[in-house]
Parts: sequence; structure tokens; C-alpha cells
Amino acid sequence: MAIKQFVVGSFSDEEQLLPAVKKVRAQGYKLYDVFTPFPVHGLDAAMGLRQTALHTAGFIYGALGTATALLGMSWIFVVSWPLDIGGKPHFPLPAFVPITFELTVLFSAVGTTLTFCWLNQIMPGVKKHIFHPRQSDDRFVMAIELTPKTNAEEVKQFLLNNGAEEVTVQTAEEGWWYGLYSKREAYDDINPQWSVQ
Amino acid sequence: MLHYESAVREPLINGTKDYHQVTEDIISPIEKKPGKLWWIALGFSLTMLLFGVWSVFWEVYFGIGVWGENRTVGWAWDITNFVWWVGIGHAGTLISAILLLFRQGWRTGVNRAAEAMTIFAVLCAGQFPVWHMGRVWLAFFILPYPNSRGPLWVNFNSPLLWDVFAVSTYLTVSILFWYSGLIPDVATLRDRAKKKFAKFFYGLCSFGWRGTAKEWQRLESLGLLLAGLSTPLVLSVHSVVSMDFATSVIPGWHETIFPPYFVAGAIFSGFAMVQTLLIITRKILHLEDYVTLGHIEAMNKIIMLTGGIVAMAYITELFIAWYSNVVYEQGAFWWRILGPYWWAYIILITCNVASPQLFWFKKLRRNIPFTFFMSIVVNIGMWFERFVIIVLSLYHDYMPSAWVYYSPRWPELGFYIGTFGLFFTCYLLFAKYFPVIAVWEIRSVLKTSGESYKQKMAALEQQTTEEFIQEVQHQHALTAH
Repeated sequence: MAIKQFVVGSFSDEEQLLPAVKKVRAQGYKLYDVFTPFPVHGLDAAMGLRQTALHTAGFIYGALGTATALLGMSWIFVVSWPLDIGGKPHFPLPAFVPITFELTVLFSAVGTTLTFCWLNQIMPGVKKHIFHPRQSDDRFVMAIELTPKTNAEEVKQFLLNNGAEEVTVQTAEEGWWYGLYSKREAYDDINPQWSVQ
Repeated sequence: MLHYESAVREPLINGTKDYHQVTEDIISPIEKKPGKLWWIALGFSLTMLLFGVWSVFWEVYFGIGVWGENRTVGWAWDITNFVWWVGIGHAGTLISAILLLFRQGWRTGVNRAAEAMTIFAVLCAGQFPVWHMGRVWLAFFILPYPNSRGPLWVNFNSPLLWDVFAVSTYLTVSILFWYSGLIPDVATLRDRAKKKFAKFFYGLCSFGWRGTAKEWQRLESLGLLLAGLSTPLVLSVHSVVSMDFATSVIPGWHETIFPPYFVAGAIFSGFAMVQTLLIITRKILHLEDYVTLGHIEAMNKIIMLTGGIVAMAYITELFIAWYSNVVYEQGAFWWRILGPYWWAYIILITCNVASPQLFWFKKLRRNIPFTFFMSIVVNIGMWFERFVIIVLSLYHDYMPSAWVYYSPRWPELGFYIGTFGLFFTCYLLFAKYFPVIAVWEIRSVLKTSGESYKQKMAALEQQTTEEFIQEVQHQHALTAH
């Protein structure tokens, strides 16, 4: 992808974060992303994010499972090898219900989870830049991408005025790459340290 | 104002905490070196596991004849253990899925450990039918795959095959549900890690999670979807297990009440196992502030409810046996209560019907040593329930000339002990290297259900309606821009 510059603000309370997010958008800055230690409700709306369609995917996978089970069992019992089992019919629909249900659940769960990983671009071995070591602990972190038109100092001041406790300017890869968290990246050394570690 | 829950409700997190304190409390035991007690427990569990491996090796090498079962009692100790372990797993899914859909806030303190328990219990359960096959190297015959034998397919009419699908789906979905909720906490472990190996290991396990707004939105959506799928799934699993019995023509097994009866029994024993594990875990890891007396009492109430359902099923069984006027059905229950195995039925009634009634007393529901004792009693009772259903329905069947008495032999006992070894080894490793409480879920309920935050709610509840409305409007105006 690309290495870019970000102005990163760290908030200690989600109730200050929400109004700040709205102001950033109103101001026209390029909001890269917001990192929180738990799901903050209302944040996606404040950032103008769409509702996820993951559940629709889940329904489609589930329907695929239902079809696989029903068609598979019917084909096996009726076409492939019609076996006489205790004189029962070759197409015993009620007896197919449990396995059809289980495969519906299985396909839906596995498919949705894989889609979840794919949409979020997460996988073992995937590495992404961590803007604040405590963004997964107690800090609410907002990263604003610097464009040729934005002034870093101005953005810094803006974040401080809107409740950020500390602001840094960081250089980092914007997307993901294959890498290990035990290895330091080149820009880890040039980026400033946070006072709260 | 973003966070409000009535002060009447008991706090879920005791003490004065902020987000960082929550992280410290739950994560820091993982970062320390394991203590002496942990090594002793792990050594003990591994010894049990090894004895189990030896017992299973003995059974595979010499054949199923080394077990105590015979022509009349074809399913015995082994299938009892299978049903018992699967049942235990059910509480974890009930807590993580059904209580999520019912918006029960108290589940956040116990769901992670209960879900882990589910996975380990189902792993243990799966061993029994597999090794019961005798010629275990042919175990793959239970899978419907195009083969060179015709292809000769499996029998989709058989509840035993439904079981294969139900249990394997259950295990898979439980692992997905558990791990997807674990990822954000593993990211916390990764970001806090100081040592190189910890950074590497938790880095891999965290999948590169950062907690962006979109990631959280999708995780919550996934959690809700998996909860919606797991709820009917968990009910179906023990229903299918019960159909292994109910679709046969054995008196004592051929009953239409079996599916709900088995599901209630499963939740009953599962909550008892959750209590056993959490009472020890909260003590050793000092998590009394997160798994409170309120949590323990809530689980005891569920034990009481499901115990009542189970008792109702026992009475129904007896009534129907008498009312049906079928001699064989009546005979089965006669021999169940008054036959040479009378003591097993007495243990069952004492542990499952009589003793849970003590939980009507609030003092006993909130008493930790008593709850721990009861959790063991209930699990013994539920083991005997399965033993009574399986062995006591078979040992005196239609033909008096085939009547036998069944006793287990050491490889069966050893196998059962071995699954305890497997269960506790897995649980000890999990509790040492992963957070036993869902840290991010605790953070998200901290401001509504934390004790120190709740105290501020009391003042709020003294306000008049006008004051309250004015303050809400003021808050809305602040967040609107």
C-alpha cells in the first residue's frame, strides 16, 4: 500500500471522543480511523459508516447449507444408491430435517466468520500499525491522515482543543502487510513515543 | 447520560475501577510466571490424561471386550460419559448465546470461561463414541464421502448419524464463537507484551486486530448472528442425542419427552460445572470483583429452574409408565426403582430432585462453599441420570433369560478419568495464557454496571421528571454537534 503521515490524538473518555469525531468531519479533515478498546455505540453513526451487511451474507451461506444438505441427501438416497433400509421410503423428508438444520447452521457460521475475517482483513500473520500501545486498553485513539492540503500543526491544535489529551504525528503504513509483531518496523524508531505507555 | 441502569440492580463489577484497572486485574495474572499450584494441577491433570491414553490403548489393542459391557447391556459406562460431557457443554452456549439474546448483562463476567468449558467438554465427549467403535481405524466410515465401496453411503435415517453432524457442528460453531470474541482481548495481550515470544505468539493469535470502528461493528454483528445460530443449535444437539434413545423400541428409552428432558438436564449439569470451575478460578486469579455473589446466585437460580424441569420429567416418566398400561414399560420402571440397581436411582433422586430444593433459601444461594458442594452433587446426580437411563433400561429387557448385572472394568474407568485429564489440562492452559473473563465486554458494561458508577445513579434517581428531561436534552445538545 503506502506509507503516510498521520496526526494521532489520544482521548481517555468515549464521551469526549464522539463530539470530536463529528467536528473532525465537519471541519473536512480526512479521518483515517478511530481505535477503541471496546465497541462504542454511536461511533459508527458519528463517523458516517454504513451498517454492516454481514448478516445478509450469513443468510446466503445458511441457504446454501440448506440446499447442499437437502439436495445431497436426496441425490444419495434416490439416485446414487437407493438402499432399502427397513422398508422406509427412499425420500424420507422428516428424517432429513436434523442434518439439514445442522448443515444450515454450519455453513452460515463458518461462511460468516470467514467473511468477517476477509472484510476486516484479519488473519494470523497479518500485521497493521498500532498507533497507541493502549488503544486496546483504555485509550480512544483518533488518526487523521495528512494530505498536501492539511497543516499538521493546525490539526494537532484542533485535536487538543477538542478533548485529546495528547497528540503525536506518526509515519506509518496505512494498510496491512505480512509480518510478525515481534519484529520492529523501520518507522517504529522515528515515530515519537507516547507519555502513557 | 449515555450510561444509565437503575441502581436497584446489583452491580456486576465491584470496587472502584476504571478501564485500565479492569485490564490490569484480568490480564496481569497471565503475564506473570505460573505459580506452584498451577504446575501441581497441570501435573495431576497430565497424569490423569496419560492414564486415559493407556486405558484407551488397552481397549484398542485387545478389543472392546476388555470393557464390562455385554450382549444385553451394549451401551454402558462409555455412552453415559458421552451424554454427560456433551450435556456439560450446553451451559457455555446458553450463557454466551441465549443470555446474549435475552440481554442478560451478568453473562459478561462468566461467558468466556463457560464457552471455553463448552469446547473442552465437547472435545471430551467426542472421544467416547469414537473409541466405542472398537475398530477405530474405520471411524471415517461415518462420513458421507464418495468411496470405492459402491459408493456405499451412510444411513441418513439414523439418529446416530445425526449425532455425528450435530456434535461436530456444535464443536465448530462453539470454537468460532469463542475465538471471535477472544481476538480483541488477545490484541490487548499483544499490545502489552514485553517479551519477544509473547509479542510473536499473541501477534499471530490476534490476527492483526486493532479495534477500528468498522471492526467492532462487524464483530458485534457476527456475535449476534452466531448467538442466533447457536441458540437453536444447542437445543438441537441434546435433542438429537436424546433421539439416539427415543427412536429405539427399548422400554425406558422410547419416550417423546426425551428432547426437552435431555436439554434441561444438560443445562442443569452444565451450570453446575461452570460453578465448579469459576468458584476455583475467581479465587486463584483474584477475580472476585468480576465474578460476584450476584453472578453465582443467578447461576444457582438457573440450576434450580432446570432441576425443577428435570424433576418434572422424572414424574412424567413414572406416570406415563403406569398410565400406558404397557407391561414392558411398567416393568422397565419397576426394575429401575426396585431392582438390584435401586441405589443408583436413589442417588439420582437425592442429587437431582431433593438437594437443589435447598437453593430456595437465599442465604444458601449466596453461600460459596455450599454452592461449590452443590455443583459437585448435581454433576454426580446428572452422571447417574444418564447411567440410570442407559444401563437400567437395558439390563432387564424383554427376555428374562438375558437379564444381567453390569459392572465397569478398569479400562472404562481409566478412559473416563483420562477425559477429566484432557478437560483440566485444556482449561489450565487456557486460564494461564488467555483471559478467563472477556475484558472488552467488561469495559463496555463498566459504566452502567460498575459499583462506583452505580452509586452516582442513586442521585440521578432522586431527580424530578423535569430536571431529568432537562439534563437529557442538555446532553443531547452537547453530543449533537
